[in-house]
Amino acid sequence: MGLKEFWHKLGSPRWFYQISLPWVVGFGLAALVLLAVGFVWALAFAPPDYQQGNSFRIMYVHVPAAMAAQSLYIGMGVAGFVLFVWRMKLADVFITACLPFGMLLTALALFSGGVWGRPTWGTWWEWDGRTVSTLVLLFLYIGIYALREAIVDTELRGRASALVAMVGTINIPVIKYSVEWWHTLHQPASFTLTEKPSMPPEMWLPLLVMVIGMYCFAAHNVLSRMRMEIIERESGTQWVRALVSGQRAAG
Amino acid sequence: MGGHGLYVWLAYGATALVLVGNAYAVRRARVRQLQRLQWGERLQAETQDSQTE
Amino acid sequence: MNLTGLLSREWRALVRNRGAVLNPMAFLFLAVMLFAVGSPVSDNETARYGGAMLWLIVLLTNMLSLDSLFRRDFDNGVLEQVLSTAQAPFMVVLIRVLVQWLGTGLLITLLAPLLCLLLGLPSEAIFTSMLALLLGTPALSLLGAVGAAMTVGFSRGGILLGLLVLPLFLPVLVFGASAINQAVLHMDATAPLAWLAFISMLALSVGPLAATLGLKISLQLQ
Repeated sequence: MGLKEFWHKLGSPRWFYQISLPWVVGFGLAALVLLAVGFVWALAFAPPDYQQGNSFRIMYVHVPAAMAAQSLYIGMGVAGFVLFVWRMKLADVFITACLPFGMLLTALALFSGGVWGRPTWGTWWEWDGRTVSTLVLLFLYIGIYALREAIVDTELRGRASALVAMVGTINIPVIKYSVEWWHTLHQPASFTLTEKPSMPPEMWLPLLVMVIGMYCFAAHNVLSRMRMEIIERESGTQWVRALVSGQRAAG
Repeated sequence: MGGHGLYVWLAYGATALVLVGNAYAVRRARVRQLQRLQWGERLQAETQDSQTE
Repeated sequence: MNLTGLLSREWRALVRNRGAVLNPMAFLFLAVMLFAVGSPVSDNETARYGGAMLWLIVLLTNMLSLDSLFRRDFDNGVLEQVLSTAQAPFMVVLIRVLVQWLGTGLLITLLAPLLCLLLGLPSEAIFTSMLALLLGTPALSLLGAVGAAMTVGFSRGGILLGLLVLPLFLPVLVFGASAINQAVLHMDATAPLAWLAFISMLALSVGPLAATLGLKISLQLQ
Protein backbone atom coordinates (compact mmCIF):
# COMPACT_ATOMS: atom_id res chain seq x y z
CA MET A 1 0.00 0.00 0.00
CA GLY A 2 1.43 3.33 -1.07
CA LEU A 3 1.71 6.41 1.10
CA LYS A 4 -1.08 8.19 -0.71
CA GLU A 5 -3.42 5.26 -0.18
CA PHE A 6 -2.45 5.11 3.48
CA TRP A 7 -3.21 8.79 3.89
CA HIS A 8 -6.58 8.31 2.27
CA LYS A 9 -7.37 5.38 4.51
CA LEU A 10 -6.67 7.52 7.57
CA GLY A 11 -9.85 9.37 6.75
CA SER A 12 -11.76 6.39 8.02
CA PRO A 13 -11.82 6.01 11.80
CA ARG A 14 -13.20 2.52 11.39
CA TRP A 15 -10.25 1.38 9.33
CA PHE A 16 -7.88 2.85 11.87
CA TYR A 17 -9.69 1.11 14.70
CA GLN A 18 -9.31 -2.23 12.98
CA ILE A 19 -5.66 -1.97 12.04
CA SER A 20 -4.52 -0.43 15.31
CA LEU A 21 -5.21 -3.45 17.50
CA PRO A 22 -1.96 -5.36 16.80
CA TRP A 23 -0.03 -2.14 17.25
CA VAL A 24 -1.59 -1.48 20.62
CA VAL A 25 -0.72 -4.95 21.79
CA GLY A 26 2.75 -4.79 20.29
CA PHE A 27 3.65 -1.46 21.81
CA GLY A 28 2.19 -2.54 25.12
CA LEU A 29 4.31 -5.65 25.30
CA ALA A 30 7.42 -3.84 24.14
CA ALA A 31 6.86 -1.17 26.75
CA LEU A 32 6.39 -3.73 29.48
CA VAL A 33 9.59 -5.56 28.64
CA LEU A 34 11.73 -2.49 28.01
CA LEU A 35 10.55 -0.60 31.06
CA ALA A 36 10.90 -3.59 33.34
CA VAL A 37 14.42 -4.22 32.10
CA GLY A 38 15.20 -0.53 32.18
CA PHE A 39 13.98 -0.03 35.73
CA VAL A 40 16.03 -2.89 37.07
CA TRP A 41 19.10 -1.94 35.05
CA ALA A 42 18.91 1.68 36.10
CA LEU A 43 18.33 0.96 39.74
CA ALA A 44 20.67 -1.93 40.29
CA PHE A 45 23.27 -2.32 37.60
CA ALA A 46 24.13 1.07 36.17
CA PRO A 47 27.20 2.55 37.82
CA PRO A 48 26.71 5.53 40.14
CA ASP A 49 27.97 8.86 38.89
CA TYR A 50 31.39 10.00 40.05
CA GLN A 51 30.11 13.33 41.30
CA GLN A 52 26.44 12.79 42.00
CA GLY A 53 26.40 9.32 43.48
CA ASN A 54 23.15 7.45 43.34
CA SER A 55 20.80 10.37 42.84
CA PHE A 56 22.07 10.31 39.30
CA ARG A 57 19.82 7.32 38.72
CA ILE A 58 16.84 9.64 38.71
CA MET A 59 18.00 10.72 35.30
CA TYR A 60 16.78 7.39 33.97
CA VAL A 61 13.18 8.35 34.66
CA HIS A 62 13.42 12.11 34.38
CA VAL A 63 14.92 12.25 30.89
CA PRO A 64 12.52 9.74 29.26
CA ALA A 65 9.55 11.50 30.84
CA ALA A 66 10.69 14.92 29.66
CA MET A 67 11.51 13.69 26.17
CA ALA A 68 8.23 11.85 25.74
CA ALA A 69 6.23 14.77 27.13
CA GLN A 70 7.80 17.10 24.63
CA SER A 71 7.44 14.68 21.73
CA LEU A 72 3.77 14.19 22.50
CA TYR A 73 3.16 17.90 22.35
CA ILE A 74 5.02 18.23 19.08
CA GLY A 75 2.92 15.31 17.85
CA MET A 76 -0.16 17.30 18.77
CA GLY A 77 1.19 20.28 16.88
CA VAL A 78 1.79 18.21 13.77
CA ALA A 79 -1.67 16.66 14.12
CA GLY A 80 -3.03 20.16 14.41
CA PHE A 81 -1.45 21.05 11.13
CA VAL A 82 -2.89 17.94 9.53
CA LEU A 83 -6.30 18.85 10.88
CA PHE A 84 -6.19 22.33 9.42
CA VAL A 85 -4.85 21.37 6.03
CA TRP A 86 -6.56 18.04 5.37
CA ARG A 87 -9.50 18.28 7.78
CA MET A 88 -8.73 14.77 8.99
CA LYS A 89 -10.97 13.79 11.90
CA LEU A 90 -8.42 11.29 13.14
CA ALA A 91 -6.03 14.15 13.83
CA ASP A 92 -8.38 15.54 16.45
CA VAL A 93 -8.80 12.05 17.89
CA PHE A 94 -5.01 11.92 18.16
CA ILE A 95 -4.83 15.24 19.97
CA THR A 96 -7.55 14.14 22.39
CA ALA A 97 -5.61 10.97 23.09
CA CYS A 98 -2.23 12.63 23.68
CA LEU A 99 -3.45 15.21 26.14
CA PRO A 100 -3.91 13.29 29.41
CA PHE A 101 -0.72 11.28 29.30
CA GLY A 102 1.29 14.23 28.01
CA MET A 103 0.21 16.39 30.91
CA LEU A 104 0.98 13.66 33.39
CA LEU A 105 4.43 13.07 31.92
CA THR A 106 5.26 16.77 32.05
CA ALA A 107 4.25 16.90 35.70
CA LEU A 108 6.34 13.81 36.30
CA ALA A 109 9.32 15.39 34.58
CA LEU A 110 9.02 18.45 36.79
CA PHE A 111 8.61 16.36 39.92
CA SER A 112 11.49 14.02 39.16
CA GLY A 113 13.64 16.97 38.19
CA GLY A 114 13.00 18.56 41.54
CA VAL A 115 13.63 15.34 43.36
CA TRP A 116 16.88 14.98 41.43
CA GLY A 117 17.92 18.51 42.18
CA ARG A 118 17.40 18.44 45.92
CA PRO A 119 20.16 16.00 46.90
CA THR A 120 22.40 16.82 43.96
CA TRP A 121 22.46 20.58 43.77
CA GLY A 122 20.67 21.48 46.98
CA THR A 123 17.53 22.98 45.49
CA TRP A 124 14.12 21.60 44.60
CA TRP A 125 13.73 24.24 41.97
CA GLU A 126 15.93 26.62 40.05
CA TRP A 127 14.83 29.07 37.40
CA ASP A 128 16.92 28.20 34.40
CA GLY A 129 16.30 27.46 30.73
CA ARG A 130 15.43 23.79 31.08
CA THR A 131 13.18 24.03 34.12
CA VAL A 132 11.40 27.04 32.68
CA SER A 133 10.86 25.30 29.38
CA THR A 134 9.39 22.22 31.07
CA LEU A 135 7.11 24.43 33.14
CA VAL A 136 6.09 26.24 29.98
CA LEU A 137 5.32 22.88 28.40
CA LEU A 138 2.99 22.11 31.30
CA PHE A 139 1.18 25.38 30.76
CA LEU A 140 0.94 24.66 27.06
CA TYR A 141 -0.80 21.40 27.88
CA ILE A 142 -3.06 22.97 30.47
CA GLY A 143 -4.00 25.70 28.03
CA ILE A 144 -5.23 23.22 25.46
CA TYR A 145 -7.03 21.28 28.16
CA ALA A 146 -8.82 24.39 29.46
CA LEU A 147 -9.74 25.46 25.96
CA ARG A 148 -11.23 22.07 25.17
CA GLU A 149 -13.27 22.18 28.35
CA ALA A 150 -14.75 25.50 27.25
CA ILE A 151 -15.83 24.51 23.75
CA VAL A 152 -18.58 21.97 23.28
CA ASP A 153 -18.85 21.68 19.51
CA THR A 154 -16.52 18.87 18.43
CA GLU A 155 -15.33 20.32 15.17
CA LEU A 156 -14.65 23.80 16.47
CA ARG A 157 -13.03 22.39 19.58
CA GLY A 158 -10.75 20.38 17.35
CA ARG A 159 -9.77 23.37 15.27
CA ALA A 160 -9.18 25.56 18.30
CA SER A 161 -6.98 22.93 19.96
CA ALA A 162 -5.13 22.39 16.72
CA LEU A 163 -4.38 26.08 16.40
CA VAL A 164 -3.11 26.40 19.96
CA ALA A 165 -1.06 23.21 19.61
CA MET A 166 0.59 24.52 16.44
CA VAL A 167 1.50 27.87 17.93
CA GLY A 168 2.74 26.20 21.07
CA THR A 169 4.87 23.76 19.11
CA ILE A 170 6.71 26.63 17.41
CA ASN A 171 7.49 27.89 20.90
CA ILE A 172 9.26 24.69 21.86
CA PRO A 173 12.45 25.02 19.78
CA VAL A 174 12.83 28.61 20.94
CA ILE A 175 12.91 27.41 24.47
CA LYS A 176 15.06 24.43 23.64
CA TYR A 177 17.92 26.49 22.30
CA SER A 178 17.80 28.77 25.28
CA VAL A 179 19.55 25.98 27.17
CA GLU A 180 22.58 26.06 24.89
CA TRP A 181 22.90 29.74 25.50
CA TRP A 182 21.95 29.94 29.12
CA HIS A 183 24.87 29.44 31.50
CA THR A 184 23.12 28.02 34.49
CA LEU A 185 22.66 25.28 36.96
CA HIS A 186 21.08 22.82 34.62
CA GLN A 187 23.49 20.40 33.03
CA PRO A 188 23.81 20.49 29.26
CA ALA A 189 21.76 17.98 27.32
CA SER A 190 23.40 14.64 27.88
CA PHE A 191 21.47 12.73 25.29
CA THR A 192 20.66 13.79 21.77
CA LEU A 193 19.86 11.68 18.78
CA THR A 194 22.68 12.82 16.57
CA GLU A 195 25.51 13.76 18.85
CA LYS A 196 27.72 11.36 20.65
CA PRO A 197 26.76 11.32 24.31
CA SER A 198 29.34 12.33 26.80
CA MET A 199 28.55 9.34 28.97
CA PRO A 200 30.11 5.89 28.75
CA PRO A 201 27.92 3.12 27.31
CA GLU A 202 27.29 1.53 30.70
CA MET A 203 25.49 4.73 31.52
CA TRP A 204 23.63 5.62 28.36
CA LEU A 205 22.52 2.15 27.35
CA PRO A 206 20.00 1.81 30.18
CA LEU A 207 18.90 5.34 29.35
CA LEU A 208 18.28 4.34 25.76
CA VAL A 209 16.24 1.36 26.93
CA MET A 210 14.19 3.56 29.23
CA VAL A 211 13.60 6.17 26.57
CA ILE A 212 12.46 3.67 23.98
CA GLY A 213 10.37 1.90 26.61
CA MET A 214 8.71 5.17 27.57
CA TYR A 215 7.98 6.00 23.95
CA CYS A 216 6.48 2.55 23.43
CA PHE A 217 4.31 3.05 26.47
CA ALA A 218 3.22 6.44 25.18
CA ALA A 219 2.37 4.95 21.81
CA HIS A 220 0.38 2.17 23.50
CA ASN A 221 -1.44 4.70 25.65
CA VAL A 222 -2.21 7.08 22.80
CA LEU A 223 -3.42 4.33 20.49
CA SER A 224 -5.62 2.85 23.22
CA ARG A 225 -7.17 6.21 23.93
CA MET A 226 -7.63 6.86 20.24
CA ARG A 227 -9.53 3.62 19.87
CA MET A 228 -11.76 4.53 22.80
CA GLU A 229 -12.38 7.97 21.39
CA ILE A 230 -13.28 6.51 18.00
CA ILE A 231 -15.81 4.18 19.60
CA GLU A 232 -17.24 7.11 21.52
CA ARG A 233 -17.58 9.35 18.49
CA GLU A 234 -18.94 6.64 16.23
CA SER A 235 -21.16 5.04 18.87
CA GLY A 236 -24.29 5.50 16.79
CA THR A 237 -22.95 3.81 13.70
CA GLN A 238 -23.71 0.31 12.56
CA TRP A 239 -20.21 -1.07 12.84
CA VAL A 240 -19.78 0.08 16.42
CA ARG A 241 -23.13 -1.23 17.47
CA ALA A 242 -22.35 -4.56 15.89
CA LEU A 243 -19.01 -4.59 17.66
CA VAL A 244 -20.58 -3.81 21.01
CA SER A 245 -23.31 -6.42 20.58
CA GLY A 246 -20.81 -8.98 19.41
CA GLN A 247 -18.73 -8.44 22.50
CA ARG A 248 -21.75 -8.75 24.69
CA ALA A 249 -22.74 -12.02 23.05
CA ALA A 250 -19.23 -13.30 23.49
CA GLY A 251 -18.63 -12.16 27.11
CA MET B 1 22.29 4.10 48.58
CA GLY B 2 24.57 6.75 49.92
CA GLY B 3 21.82 8.76 51.59
CA HIS B 4 20.09 9.61 48.35
CA GLY B 5 17.89 6.57 48.57
CA LEU B 6 14.72 8.41 49.50
CA TYR B 7 14.92 10.67 46.49
CA VAL B 8 15.65 7.89 44.07
CA TRP B 9 12.73 5.85 45.32
CA LEU B 10 10.47 8.91 45.26
CA ALA B 11 11.25 9.52 41.63
CA TYR B 12 11.01 5.91 40.54
CA GLY B 13 7.90 5.37 42.60
CA ALA B 14 6.19 8.36 41.05
CA THR B 15 7.13 7.12 37.61
CA ALA B 16 5.83 3.64 38.29
CA LEU B 17 2.64 5.14 39.69
CA VAL B 18 2.12 7.30 36.61
CA LEU B 19 2.72 4.44 34.20
CA VAL B 20 0.74 1.76 35.97
CA GLY B 21 -1.97 4.20 36.99
CA ASN B 22 -2.40 5.42 33.46
CA ALA B 23 -2.54 1.94 31.98
CA TYR B 24 -5.08 0.97 34.59
CA ALA B 25 -7.16 4.09 34.04
CA VAL B 26 -7.35 3.47 30.32
CA ARG B 27 -8.31 -0.15 30.85
CA ARG B 28 -11.03 0.76 33.30
CA ALA B 29 -12.42 3.51 31.07
CA ARG B 30 -12.52 1.07 28.20
CA VAL B 31 -14.48 -1.49 30.20
CA ARG B 32 -16.85 1.21 31.44
CA GLN B 33 -17.39 2.50 27.94
CA LEU B 34 -18.18 -0.96 26.66
CA GLN B 35 -20.59 -1.56 29.51
CA ARG B 36 -22.32 1.74 28.90
CA LEU B 37 -22.73 1.08 25.20
CA GLN B 38 -23.89 -2.48 25.77
CA TRP B 39 -26.47 -1.26 28.23
CA GLY B 40 -27.68 1.20 25.65
CA GLU B 41 -27.89 -1.56 23.07
CA ARG B 42 -29.85 -3.80 25.38
CA LEU B 43 -32.28 -1.02 26.23
CA GLN B 44 -32.84 -0.37 22.55
CA ALA B 45 -33.35 -4.05 21.79
CA GLU B 46 -35.85 -4.38 24.62
CA THR B 47 -37.88 -1.37 23.54
CA GLN B 48 -37.93 -2.74 20.01
CA ASP B 49 -39.04 -6.11 21.27
CA SER B 50 -41.83 -4.59 23.32
CA GLN B 51 -42.90 -2.54 20.30
CA THR B 52 -43.11 -5.54 18.00
CA GLU B 53 -45.08 -7.55 20.49
CA MET C 1 -6.21 47.37 -0.08
CA ASN C 2 -5.95 50.79 1.45
CA LEU C 3 -3.31 50.41 4.14
CA THR C 4 -3.14 54.00 5.23
CA GLY C 5 -6.93 54.15 5.39
CA LEU C 6 -6.94 51.07 7.57
CA LEU C 7 -4.22 52.47 9.77
CA SER C 8 -5.90 55.84 10.24
CA ARG C 9 -9.21 54.14 11.02
CA GLU C 10 -7.61 51.96 13.71
CA TRP C 11 -5.73 54.94 15.08
CA ARG C 12 -8.90 56.98 15.35
CA ALA C 13 -10.60 54.06 17.08
CA LEU C 14 -7.77 53.95 19.58
CA VAL C 15 -7.96 57.67 20.22
CA ARG C 16 -11.73 57.53 20.65
CA ASN C 17 -11.40 54.63 23.06
CA ARG C 18 -8.63 56.14 25.17
CA GLY C 19 -9.53 54.05 28.17
CA ALA C 20 -8.19 50.98 26.45
CA VAL C 21 -4.74 52.56 26.55
CA LEU C 22 -4.92 54.54 29.76
CA ASN C 23 -6.25 51.74 31.94
CA PRO C 24 -3.34 49.38 31.28
CA MET C 25 -0.93 52.28 31.67
CA ALA C 26 -2.47 53.19 35.00
CA PHE C 27 -2.02 49.59 36.04
CA LEU C 28 1.60 49.74 34.92
CA PHE C 29 2.41 52.66 37.14
CA LEU C 30 0.40 51.33 40.04
CA ALA C 31 2.25 48.04 39.89
CA VAL C 32 5.62 49.74 39.65
CA MET C 33 4.78 51.99 42.58
CA LEU C 34 3.64 49.03 44.63
CA PHE C 35 6.87 47.24 43.95
CA ALA C 36 8.98 50.28 44.71
CA VAL C 37 7.22 51.02 47.96
CA GLY C 38 6.42 47.54 49.13
CA SER C 39 9.60 45.76 48.20
CA PRO C 40 11.68 44.90 51.25
CA VAL C 41 14.95 44.71 49.37
CA SER C 42 17.54 47.37 49.90
CA ASP C 43 18.47 49.91 47.26
CA ASN C 44 21.47 48.18 45.85
CA GLU C 45 19.61 44.89 45.71
CA THR C 46 16.63 46.14 43.74
CA ALA C 47 18.88 46.32 40.73
CA ARG C 48 19.01 42.52 40.71
CA TYR C 49 15.25 42.08 40.60
CA GLY C 50 14.30 45.23 38.78
CA GLY C 51 14.69 43.72 35.33
CA ALA C 52 12.46 40.77 36.06
CA MET C 53 9.89 42.95 37.82
CA LEU C 54 9.78 45.40 34.96
CA TRP C 55 9.14 42.65 32.46
CA LEU C 56 6.60 40.94 34.67
CA ILE C 57 4.65 44.16 35.00
CA VAL C 58 4.91 44.79 31.26
CA LEU C 59 3.54 41.30 30.62
CA LEU C 60 0.56 41.84 32.88
CA THR C 61 -0.09 45.26 31.40
CA ASN C 62 -0.13 43.72 27.98
CA MET C 63 -2.58 41.03 29.04
CA LEU C 64 -4.90 43.72 30.35
CA SER C 65 -4.70 45.57 27.09
CA LEU C 66 -5.17 42.46 24.98
CA ASP C 67 -8.39 41.47 26.63
CA SER C 68 -10.20 44.31 24.88
CA LEU C 69 -8.37 43.98 21.59
CA PHE C 70 -11.17 42.30 19.68
CA ARG C 71 -13.97 42.17 22.20
CA ARG C 72 -15.86 45.29 21.27
CA ASP C 73 -15.96 44.59 17.57
CA PHE C 74 -16.77 40.99 18.28
CA ASP C 75 -19.78 41.93 20.35
CA ASN C 76 -21.20 44.53 17.98
CA GLY C 77 -20.80 42.42 14.86
CA VAL C 78 -18.24 44.64 13.17
CA LEU C 79 -15.56 41.97 13.36
CA GLU C 80 -17.66 39.41 11.58
CA GLN C 81 -18.45 41.88 8.85
CA VAL C 82 -14.86 42.97 8.39
CA LEU C 83 -13.43 39.47 8.31
CA SER C 84 -15.90 38.23 5.78
CA THR C 85 -15.69 41.17 3.43
CA ALA C 86 -12.06 42.24 3.66
CA GLN C 87 -9.71 41.32 0.86
CA ALA C 88 -6.97 40.41 3.29
CA PRO C 89 -8.36 39.91 6.81
CA PHE C 90 -4.83 39.09 7.88
CA MET C 91 -3.82 42.70 7.19
CA VAL C 92 -6.70 44.07 9.22
CA VAL C 93 -5.58 42.03 12.20
CA LEU C 94 -1.95 43.04 11.70
CA ILE C 95 -2.81 46.74 11.61
CA ARG C 96 -4.92 46.42 14.71
CA VAL C 97 -2.11 44.68 16.57
CA LEU C 98 0.30 47.37 15.36
CA VAL C 99 -1.89 50.10 16.76
CA GLN C 100 -2.29 48.17 20.02
CA TRP C 101 1.49 47.98 20.24
CA LEU C 102 1.79 51.70 19.69
CA GLY C 103 -0.47 52.18 22.68
CA THR C 104 1.31 49.71 24.91
CA GLY C 105 4.74 48.42 23.91
CA LEU C 106 6.01 51.57 22.28
CA LEU C 107 4.60 53.75 25.00
CA ILE C 108 6.26 51.61 27.66
CA THR C 109 9.55 51.75 25.77
CA LEU C 110 9.43 55.53 25.76
CA LEU C 111 8.61 55.58 29.44
CA ALA C 112 11.41 53.14 30.23
CA PRO C 113 13.84 55.66 31.76
CA LEU C 114 11.17 56.70 34.25
CA LEU C 115 10.25 53.10 34.99
CA CYS C 116 13.86 52.12 35.52
CA LEU C 117 14.26 54.95 37.96
CA LEU C 118 11.18 53.92 39.89
CA LEU C 119 12.24 50.30 40.00
CA GLY C 120 15.67 51.09 41.31
CA LEU C 121 17.58 50.11 38.22
CA PRO C 122 20.91 51.88 37.66
CA SER C 123 21.22 54.37 34.83
CA GLU C 124 23.61 52.10 32.94
CA ALA C 125 20.70 49.74 32.37
CA ILE C 126 18.38 52.31 30.84
CA PHE C 127 19.57 52.09 27.27
CA THR C 128 19.53 48.28 27.27
CA SER C 129 16.11 48.28 28.92
CA MET C 130 14.71 50.51 26.21
CA LEU C 131 16.23 48.34 23.53
CA ALA C 132 14.96 45.17 25.16
CA LEU C 133 11.46 46.59 25.45
CA LEU C 134 11.52 47.83 21.89
CA LEU C 135 12.57 44.42 20.61
CA GLY C 136 10.45 42.33 22.95
CA THR C 137 7.10 44.07 23.24
CA PRO C 138 6.09 43.48 19.60
CA ALA C 139 6.24 39.75 20.35
CA LEU C 140 3.93 40.31 23.30
CA SER C 141 1.39 42.14 21.20
CA LEU C 142 1.57 39.71 18.29
CA LEU C 143 1.43 36.52 20.31
CA GLY C 144 -1.06 37.99 22.73
CA ALA C 145 -3.36 38.71 19.83
CA VAL C 146 -3.56 34.97 19.17
CA GLY C 147 -4.76 34.36 22.71
CA ALA C 148 -7.16 37.28 22.49
CA ALA C 149 -8.57 35.93 19.23
CA MET C 150 -9.15 32.49 20.72
CA THR C 151 -10.88 33.74 23.86
CA VAL C 152 -12.89 36.69 22.60
CA GLY C 153 -16.05 34.60 22.53
CA PHE C 154 -15.95 33.55 26.16
CA SER C 155 -17.48 35.72 28.84
CA ARG C 156 -14.91 34.68 31.42
CA GLY C 157 -12.18 34.65 28.83
CA GLY C 158 -9.71 36.55 30.97
CA ILE C 159 -8.33 33.54 32.78
CA LEU C 160 -8.20 31.45 29.66
CA LEU C 161 -6.42 34.25 27.85
CA GLY C 162 -3.76 34.38 30.54
CA LEU C 163 -3.34 30.62 30.46
CA LEU C 164 -2.96 30.45 26.70
CA VAL C 165 -0.69 33.42 26.46
CA LEU C 166 1.60 32.75 29.41
CA PRO C 167 3.69 30.02 27.75
CA LEU C 168 4.18 32.25 24.74
CA PHE C 169 5.20 35.23 26.85
CA LEU C 170 7.61 33.40 29.08
CA PRO C 171 10.61 33.32 26.69
CA VAL C 172 10.22 37.07 26.22
CA LEU C 173 10.18 37.58 29.97
CA VAL C 174 13.21 35.38 30.40
CA PHE C 175 15.36 36.99 27.74
CA GLY C 176 14.13 40.47 28.49
CA ALA C 177 14.94 40.20 32.17
CA SER C 178 18.26 38.61 31.31
CA ALA C 179 19.17 41.50 29.02
CA ILE C 180 18.53 44.03 31.75
CA ASN C 181 20.41 41.96 34.30
CA GLN C 182 23.42 41.76 32.01
CA ALA C 183 23.38 45.51 31.63
CA VAL C 184 23.15 46.00 35.37
CA LEU C 185 26.22 43.81 35.78
CA HIS C 186 28.03 45.82 33.09
CA MET C 187 28.11 42.78 30.85
CA ASP C 188 27.30 42.41 27.20
CA ALA C 189 23.60 41.97 26.59
CA THR C 190 23.73 41.27 22.87
CA ALA C 191 22.73 37.62 23.10
CA PRO C 192 19.41 38.05 24.93
CA LEU C 193 18.63 41.11 22.80
CA ALA C 194 19.19 39.08 19.66
CA TRP C 195 16.87 36.41 21.02
CA LEU C 196 14.19 39.04 21.66
CA ALA C 197 14.50 40.26 18.09
CA PHE C 198 14.27 36.69 16.81
CA ILE C 199 11.18 35.93 18.86
CA SER C 200 9.50 39.09 17.64
CA MET C 201 10.29 38.16 14.06
CA LEU C 202 8.85 34.72 14.62
CA ALA C 203 5.79 36.26 16.25
CA LEU C 204 5.35 38.55 13.26
CA SER C 205 5.32 35.66 10.83
CA VAL C 206 3.03 33.43 12.89
CA GLY C 207 0.94 35.73 15.04
CA PRO C 208 -1.37 37.60 12.67
CA LEU C 209 -2.15 34.48 10.68
CA ALA C 210 -2.93 32.44 13.79
CA ALA C 211 -4.96 35.30 15.23
CA THR C 212 -7.04 35.56 12.07
CA LEU C 213 -7.74 31.84 12.13
CA GLY C 214 -8.58 32.08 15.81
CA LEU C 215 -11.04 34.88 15.18
CA LYS C 216 -12.77 32.84 12.51
CA ILE C 217 -13.14 29.97 14.94
CA SER C 218 -14.40 32.24 17.69
CA LEU C 219 -16.96 33.79 15.37
CA GLN C 220 -18.31 30.36 14.52
CA LEU C 221 -18.73 29.61 18.19
CA GLN C 222 -21.29 32.31 18.66
